[in-house]
Amino acid sequence: MTDHRFSAEAQALRRTARRELWIERILLAAAGLSAAVVVAIFSMLVWFCLPLFTEHRLGAVLAWRWDPIHQHFGILPMLITSCMLTILALCIAFPLTIGICSLLHGTIRNGVLRRMLLFLVHFMTGIPTVIYGFVSVFVLVPLLRWVFETGTGFSLMAACLTLSVLILPTMVLVLHAELDQAEARYRLTAEALGFSAEQTMRSVLLPACRRALIVTVLLGMGRAVGDTLVSLMVAGNAAQVPHSLFDSVRTLTAHIALVLATDSHSMAYQSVFAAGLFLFLLMSCFQAVLRFWAKSGASFR
Amino acid sequence: MKRSLFWMCCGVVMVLLVLGFGAGPAVSGALDAFKGLEGTVQIAGGTAHIPVMNDAAKAIMTAHPKIRILVEGGGTGIGVQKVGEGLVDIGNTGRALTDQEVAKYGLKSFPFALDGVAVVVHPSNPVSNLTAKQVQDIFSGVITRWKDVGGNDAPIHLFTRDEASGTREVFWEKALKKGSVAPSANVVGSNGAMKVAVSQDKDAIGYAGIGHVDASVKGIVLDGVAPTQENALNGSYPVTRKLYMNTKGEPKPLVKAFIDYILSPEGIEIVKKHGYLPL
Repeated sequence: MTDHRFSAEAQALRRTARRELWIERILLAAAGLSAAVVVAIFSMLVWFCLPLFTEHRLGAVLAWRWDPIHQHFGILPMLITSCMLTILALCIAFPLTIGICSLLHGTIRNGVLRRMLLFLVHFMTGIPTVIYGFVSVFVLVPLLRWVFETGTGFSLMAACLTLSVLILPTMVLVLHAELDQAEARYRLTAEALGFSAEQTMRSVLLPACRRALIVTVLLGMGRAVGDTLVSLMVAGNAAQVPHSLFDSVRTLTAHIALVLATDSHSMAYQSVFAAGLFLFLLMSCFQAVLRFWAKSGASFR
Repeated sequence: MKRSLFWMCCGVVMVLLVLGFGAGPAVSGALDAFKGLEGTVQIAGGTAHIPVMNDAAKAIMTAHPKIRILVEGGGTGIGVQKVGEGLVDIGNTGRALTDQEVAKYGLKSFPFALDGVAVVVHPSNPVSNLTAKQVQDIFSGVITRWKDVGGNDAPIHLFTRDEASGTREVFWEKALKKGSVAPSANVVGSNGAMKVAVSQDKDAIGYAGIGHVDASVKGIVLDGVAPTQENALNGSYPVTRKLYMNTKGEPKPLVKAFIDYILSPEGIEIVKKHGYLPL
């Protein structure tokens, strides 16, 4: 009898173990597949860019002038624009994220206002990008033109504002989830020490979520660099290095979208792959720098 | 995100259903050619073609529910690529194919309409006449203020089209005489986007297919010739182009029937309705 029960338990245990093994295998396969896809994308980009390297035309792509009619295929203005736009959008969205999260976890921890704010953020994540672009074209762009009276309104500024609204909800949700966990861990202790809600937020929760802050920035950045539609619709798409916030600019992603439709044997078409490669490298660099920074920051403590 | 996408898809399916099966049958002469045919015709390419293609597709699909016709945009460049790679049956272009394109893909062209490209400004802009030279100077960035061409004391806001646009190609060749376009010009991706941009900005100047010019923008009289379809047809307005459908080799029967329909009297009515001129 006992033997039988024992063996049943052992069997159940073995079954669980086997199931876990399978789960592990499936997860491993998924991770492997994702990694393989990334590697495949990178190699494909390099493969398509090879003619640029072997035929010494890399210089033509790494130039400051885009004017395909006159055989100028420089994509550096777009590269600069993508970097600037991303950093500017983050400069707006990140403080706002911190602010909203501080509200949610510090000042208004309960009540209708908090629920409304959370609902709003969730709702904003669900709005398709094209809606943001559309509203910007009809509201923000004319407004910028009317208020500042420089340029057409289709500008770095318009793209940057729209983009920051676009990435804000994602960033808030990531940080909010992390803060929820930290709060469960530290709130009681902090209150016992006599911290006010705001003090807890500033001196306990935020420092505890340092890594989450980095992840938040990375995610926001990923969306900002990768977004095509918003910059295509509101940035103006002039292939030039911006000298002011009100200049019409073109990002790498918008550039790819605009040029991809050209004759597939033209140099312009090939330069698109270079643009893709640099976009890929740009993202990787951003990621590497931030992760490195996060790690070294952690070791200071 | 996912949920709204789902609803958008639902919406699109509903619209397709309504378009496909909602209206009653109205079989007439030119549509008889589709009798006994079924299958799908996929069309992509030039954005100027879309209204004509859509109306023809609607008429055909209403009379012959077994035929499906899918119309996409993408621009002239996409049209060449997709039909060349065999991804669609008809690739529309807003310009004649280049020799390389014909040689590479073995494409066959069917011109069906004439369209002019007009210089457009905001309706409230006092400037109504420009010379070709002035237009060239404006687009190359030599003239930067409306005052210099008899308008308001305001900066000129330039709008141009993307690299793959057939409209841009024609405008650049025939209006700008292959001159340069200032790098600071805004770039928009379609005739519709051009209209939206120019109609919202009182200092804007751009260009669009004459078929797209309506009350929201003002067509500029170029060298004393108004940008109308009549002037385009009799040759006095110089900035014109033909609209083409292209197939890879000889079209299959259903695709051939579609092309014949566009060229039939009924097709010509559709072409006229959208402001283009039949050939």
